[in-house]
Order: sequence, then structure tokens, then C-alpha cells
Amino acid sequence: MKDTTQHVEVRDLSVTVRREDGTPLRIVEDVSFDIAPRETLALIGESGSGKTTIALALMGYARGSAEITGQIRVGQATLDGAGGNALKAQRGHRISYVAQSAAAAFNPSRRVIDQVIEPALIHGIEPEEAARKRAVSLFRSLALPNPETIGQRYPHELSGGQLQRLMAAMALITQPELVIFDEPTTALDVTTQVEVLQAFRRVVREQGATGVYVSHDLAVVAQMADRVLVLKRGKVREQNAVDVILQSPADDYTRMLMSAAMPVVMAAPVLPDAPVPLLEVEGIHAGYGPIDKEGRPAHPVLSDVGFSIGRGAALGVIGESGSGKSTVARVVAGLLAPARGSVKLDGVPLAPTLSGRSREELRRVQIVFQSADVALNPGRSVGDILGRVLRFYRGTRGEEARRRVAELLDLIKLPASIASRRCDELSGGQKQRVNLARALAAEPDIILCDEVTSALDTVVRGAILDLLAELRRDLGVAYLFISHDIETVKALCDDIVVLYKGTRVESGVRDSYNVPPVHPYTDLLISSVPELRSDWLSDESERAAAPFAHLRERPDLCRFLPRCPVAIAGTCEVSAPPVRQLSSGNAVLCHHTEETLRRTQSEKILG
Amino acid sequence: MKIAALFTTIRNLPLSGKIGLAFVVFWLLAAAFGPMLAPHPPGAFVSEEVFADASSRLWLGSDFLGRDVLSRLLMGARFTVGLSAVAVTLAVGIGTGLALTAAVGPHWVDELLSRAMDTLISIPSKIFALVLIAAFGSSELLLIVILAVIYVPGNFRIARSLAVGLARLDYVEVARARGEGRLYIALSEMLPNMIRPLAADIGLRFVFIVLLLSGLSFLGLGLAPPDADLGSLVRENTSGLAEGALAIFVRATAIATLTVSVNLLIDALTQGKVR
Repeated sequence: MKDTTQHVEVRDLSVTVRREDGTPLRIVEDVSFDIAPRETLALIGESGSGKTTIALALMGYARGSAEITGQIRVGQATLDGAGGNALKAQRGHRISYVAQSAAAAFNPSRRVIDQVIEPALIHGIEPEEAARKRAVSLFRSLALPNPETIGQRYPHELSGGQLQRLMAAMALITQPELVIFDEPTTALDVTTQVEVLQAFRRVVREQGATGVYVSHDLAVVAQMADRVLVLKRGKVREQNAVDVILQSPADDYTRMLMSAAMPVVMAAPVLPDAPVPLLEVEGIHAGYGPIDKEGRPAHPVLSDVGFSIGRGAALGVIGESGSGKSTVARVVAGLLAPARGSVKLDGVPLAPTLSGRSREELRRVQIVFQSADVALNPGRSVGDILGRVLRFYRGTRGEEARRRVAELLDLIKLPASIASRRCDELSGGQKQRVNLARALAAEPDIILCDEVTSALDTVVRGAILDLLAELRRDLGVAYLFISHDIETVKALCDDIVVLYKGTRVESGVRDSYNVPPVHPYTDLLISSVPELRSDWLSDESERAAAPFAHLRERPDLCRFLPRCPVAIAGTCEVSAPPVRQLSSGNAVLCHHTEETLRRTQSEKILG
Repeated sequence: MKIAALFTTIRNLPLSGKIGLAFVVFWLLAAAFGPMLAPHPPGAFVSEEVFADASSRLWLGSDFLGRDVLSRLLMGARFTVGLSAVAVTLAVGIGTGLALTAAVGPHWVDELLSRAMDTLISIPSKIFALVLIAAFGSSELLLIVILAVIYVPGNFRIARSLAVGLARLDYVEVARARGEGRLYIALSEMLPNMIRPLAADIGLRFVFIVLLLSGLSFLGLGLAPPDADLGSLVRENTSGLAEGALAIFVRATAIATLTVSVNLLIDALTQGKVR
């Protein structure tokens, strides 16, 4: 511990936990790194790579019965592994932590400002009045709306992106020397993620703090970090400056992470032309609550959504949270009856609710949910779950069923021995595969995939996407693929529908989304996806302000109006937008003509 | 094979669970075989002395009328364990069954059942028992029915809130989308995931029933003397409290060990160490 020019020094850090039977298991092995003052180091790796464990160890903290060995020095404080733990006292004061789920980190019954200034009061750094002033100035730096008054609100009145920034304010209120960000944007929409990343970067620089950024997403890390440490199963695979890692990665694993961050477009199978599409959805209006005389539900979610999917085709539906994309899947599956509109399978109208559909119709349309943790009954074995589907639709039992379960597991590339395991013993990726296998067991014509890759880290996501493409090629199954990530959708789907607040703002074939013109909202979505270069976020200069940001969203106008940077005064706030057919074949819901859309979007690319 | 698995389960129990198990087994055996082993008839006056100390003839001394404490304890254990176990099984069976019906059934069924249970829960339990016993006369069967009915709504509420939470989970939605019937969803998808919290509820309700039974007996609404359950054995000997009589101490300890051990065992079984 001689070199005091480094702010953080970690030498031979190991963390050991005890398995249930008492044998030790090293989850972090001999990790060493330095962080210079004011630099940000990124810890990157899949789930289970030990990145959060290392981040917590920097605060002198280990979860449960874990044991830390090795030396850690942060500023003057050290943890020597022999019982001395001066780091603990720094926690929440000189070292602070921003966690993934801000919504869970705030107490719902207290105003946010009282929670934000709490660390300053607990550590006796400032009197309350000064802390409040500092909080407001932090809110301003973090680009929160109404910085003077936002603190008076309660957590449930704020959005996820706002809460994440408020949590950063809470971490920065004590003017820490080291800030640890643990996957702070993973739970956010892409468009929100950009704003939050920009705010974090600016405020960390203003404060002159040293940063540690934990993430599984290399593209996000590229925007935030100066140096990157690549971890796999608790061991360091590579560490270098961010540009070196991005341009010439030395380690195979780093290269794998990079390729996983850019999903490749998979070759679409040649589809036979059929006169009748497999699934046809027309003019769906749906929502929750009682339905009024005009057929509108009290809380409308979808208005006039329609699309069609051919046999063996893949249609992507993208949108942010709250766009109604999951509701589309629920309506098609029959879980939610639409207020108006029809769903046809092979030209035959399907009943609006489950009870009106025949078992055969149900078999042909299968749904797969996002979170495999709650989509699989935790108390049952994999074999049970798959076997039930076989017995239910086909009456397959006994030896025949066991053979079929083994075939299905082979199809999703899991060993047959997994059939006897309980679902809560599987990893996230394995669960998602079993989740898919359950749908495949019914031998459906179409699978409704509701955000099936969103909860997975990049490497596992890539593997699941490959699997989906392969199944489509081999089995001819069609997909309705719902996601908030346009890159994922592009990798798998031939046609793409963009939803915004329950309206279809754009629809068309995949390749038309690669070049302008597109709908202003689609443009926003595409430009929000972080790219694998370190200067991307600085290019993405502050977004053009929306001229009608003060207006409330109205169902009879363009829903995107309050956020649209190119809204036309005198038109957009007066009448509903028409559906325009672009020469690329895409249909957009916008007042702009193809020409003006192209002009606004190409300007940005050139400028 | 099954027996080997049972032994493994027992070996893996935490210490508190083993203690609980030992006492539960002890009281079950006492309830089953106790009256056969009792040295004296429970109603017989066997001692001249009231609240006598333990002796070689009366192992646990005599009570306020000079009857054998041990013999009466063994009889009381049979009534308490037997009545409470049957009543708690009925209460939880009916409560959870109705709760699952409410959770998977149409909305109006849920409303109907929930409001009916609210009505039932608003009737004071002792008054309810008093009215029924006055109408039909006290019997063991009626006591079981009363105890069960009184504790159905509480169990219904807990089970319903668990079931309604589970009904929103994706795996239940998937089963619905597959076209599964309501019975299958309730019994195969939902019930197995409610077992742990329900087991804790069973333990709690068992204690309530033991206490209510004692209360009813004290009011003369429970078992008619000379029959008695553990609760009434304590009550009838309260005059010995000042003398520190074994008669009262032993029976109070009996209730404590029975109720605490049932809960220790259930807690240990549901803490996840043992599946």
C-alpha cells in the first residue's frame, strides 16, 4: 500500500461464501485493480460474475455469511482482511451506493426530499437548511423537472427514471469521494436510460467524485467509464481503458460480450405466400374497467391496433412501458376481452374470452411471459410442467410423455436430466428456456413472446434469440415478439409495429427502420439505443425540447405530441394525425409528410 | 423408502423443531392411549386430601375435590387434542376451500363469499356458541361444529388474500390461457404454493381453538363435568393457585407445551430447511 496517487487500491480480493453443506465456495477470486481519483471504473460481466459482490466489498460489506480476504484501500480507509474494517465507517458518507431498483429503495410514505437529505443529517455533515439547498441544486444538475418543488412529492408520484435520479441525489448529498452505481439503468426504458446516463455523467464530473459502475451492458458502460474490468465467474478476464477494450479486446470473453451487445439479424426463412394470414388482428380497442355506452373502457390501453402475421413469420411490437404492448398479447391470447375489434386465426374469428375458445384454438396460440421466475410454478418439476401440457392437449402419458419431454428439452438445448429438477433450482436462462419449451410442448402455430429476453443479461439474451430463430426455421412457428428494445426486435422479426400509448404510430418491414424517414417516436427510440463507442453519449447532445411539452396528452390528438420535438404549431395541437404511407412501405401516424420527416431526421445525422 | 425420507426430514429439523416434534408426538400418544393407562377413573375421588402433593400412589397429586390429577390430565388431553384437531381441520378445510373458490370463480362468487364471511366474523364467538348450545344442548359434535364455524372466516381471509395474489401470477395466467379448468388451477397451481403460510395459520388457529374451548368449558358451555378438557381443568383448580398446587401447574404446563410445540414444529417445517 505505497502508491497513494490512486484513490482506490484493491489487492488480491477474494470473497468466500459457505454452501448449504458447509463447504466454502469462492465467488470472487484474487481480484486486483486501482482507480485513479476522478476516474470511473466499470465492472462488467454476466449475472453470477461477482461484480456486485466486489462493489459491495468496496464499502466493506459482504452479504450474509460471506467472508472478505485481501486488501482494499479507499482514500485513507482500509480493509485488511484481518478484522480491521475502517471502510464500514465511510459507508453512506464518503462512499455511497446507487442501487438498481430505485422504486424499492424509497420509503413510499415519506416525501422524497426528506429521504434525499437523510444521509447528510445522519452523518452530521450539514444543517438541514443547507442540505435542502444542496439537494435542490443536485436536482437541477440531474435535470429533474421542477427542481424547487419535486422534493415535496411522494415516491409513487414519480416515474422510474426520476426516482433513479433522486436516488443518485441521495448518494451524492454527502459529497462522497466514491460513488458506486449498481446497474442503475437496467430497469429503465431506453429513452429514459439516455436521460439518466447523461445526468449521472454530468453530476459525477461536477462533484469530482471517483466512480464504480456495475453493469452487464457494454454499450452503457462505454458511455460512463474510463476503464473497464471484465469479470467472469469471479475472476478478472481483462482490464484496460474503455477505448482499448472496445477497439481491440484481448480476451475471448470480452469479444463474446461485445458480439452479444450487437445482436445480428438472423436470416429469415422463405415464407410461402398464403392468401389468408395466420393471425389477423383488426381495430382492437381494449382496456380495463367498466365499458361505457360507446364501447370505451374506463382505462383505455389500446386504441385501434391492428396487424397480421403470416404462417412462420415474426412480427415485432415495440414500445416503452405503458405503451400497451403486453395488452396486445393478452388480447390475442384471450386473457383480456377487447372492447371492440376482432382476432382471427386462419381467417376464423376467435372468441374474445378463453371460455369461448376451443381447446384446439387455445393449443395453436401459446403465450410466454417475460419473467420466468413467476411464469413457472416454483413448486413443480420441469418434467411435470411440460408433461401437463402434453397430457392436456394430446393426452400423451407415461413412457411416450417422458420421451417427448426429453425431445423438448433437447430442442431448447438443456440436458434431459433437468426434467426432475424443481423450477426454483434453475438459473435465469434455463428458466426462460423451460418457459419456451412449455409453449413448444403444445406444438403451437404462433407463440406470443412478451418481453422474453428483457430480464436476461446480454450473453444469455443472445443465446435465447438464436434459439428462437432456430425454432422458427425448424418448426415453422410464427412469433408475435414484444420488446422495448428495437435492436432485439430487429434481430428476430421481419415486420415491426411501433406502439406509443396504445396507438400504432408506425408499421412496416424491418429494413425500412434502418433509414429515415421514420415516425418521430421511432426516431427517438432508435437514437436512444447506446452504441458501442465511448463518445456516443456526448454526440447525443441535449435533446431538442418538445414545443408542446406543456400540453396534456389527449386521446383525439397525436399521443406523442407532448414529447414530439418536431411538432407543427397550428396543426398537431388542433387535429388528429393521418396515417401516411411512406415510399419505403411503412405506414406512419403523423402530420409530417415524408419529405419533412426525412429533412428533420437526416439533418440530425449529418449535423 | 418413505420411512427413510421421514427420518431424514426429522434429522434435518432445527433443534426447536425437534423439541416441538417430541412434544407433539407425546401429546398425540397421551390423547390416544392416555385413558387406558390412567391409574384411576378420572371422576373417582381417590384422596381425602385436596391439592395433595405428589406421592407414589398419586404421581401428580390430587385436585380440589381429591381426584387424581394424572388421570384427569390424560382424559383432558384426549378431549383438548381431539376436539381441537378435528375443529381446526374442518375450519381450515372449509375456509381454504371457499377461498380458492372465491379466487378462481367469477367476481360475484368472490363478493358473495367475502360478504358472508364478513357477516360471520362480526358475530361475537361466545354469544354465537351460547345461542347454539342453548338451542341444541351441549354435545361434542356441536362443540366441533361451533369451533370450526367460528374459525372459518379468519382462515378464509388469509387463504383468499394468498390465493388472489397467486391468481395474478404469470404461471396461473399461463394455465388459464392453456384452457385449464378452475379446479385444476386451484388445486394444482395455487394450493401447493399456499401451504407454508397456511401451515402457520393452522398453528395459530389451533391455539385459538384450544383457548376458546377452555373458555367455553369455564362458562359451563363446553364439556359437562366430570368430563373436562385441559382448559377447564385449570379453571376448576384456580383456588389452588395460592398454594402452588401441582394440579394447576401441571395442567397449565400441558396447555403451554401443547400449543407452543405445535407452532415450533410447524415453523420448523415451513422455514425452508426442509421441503
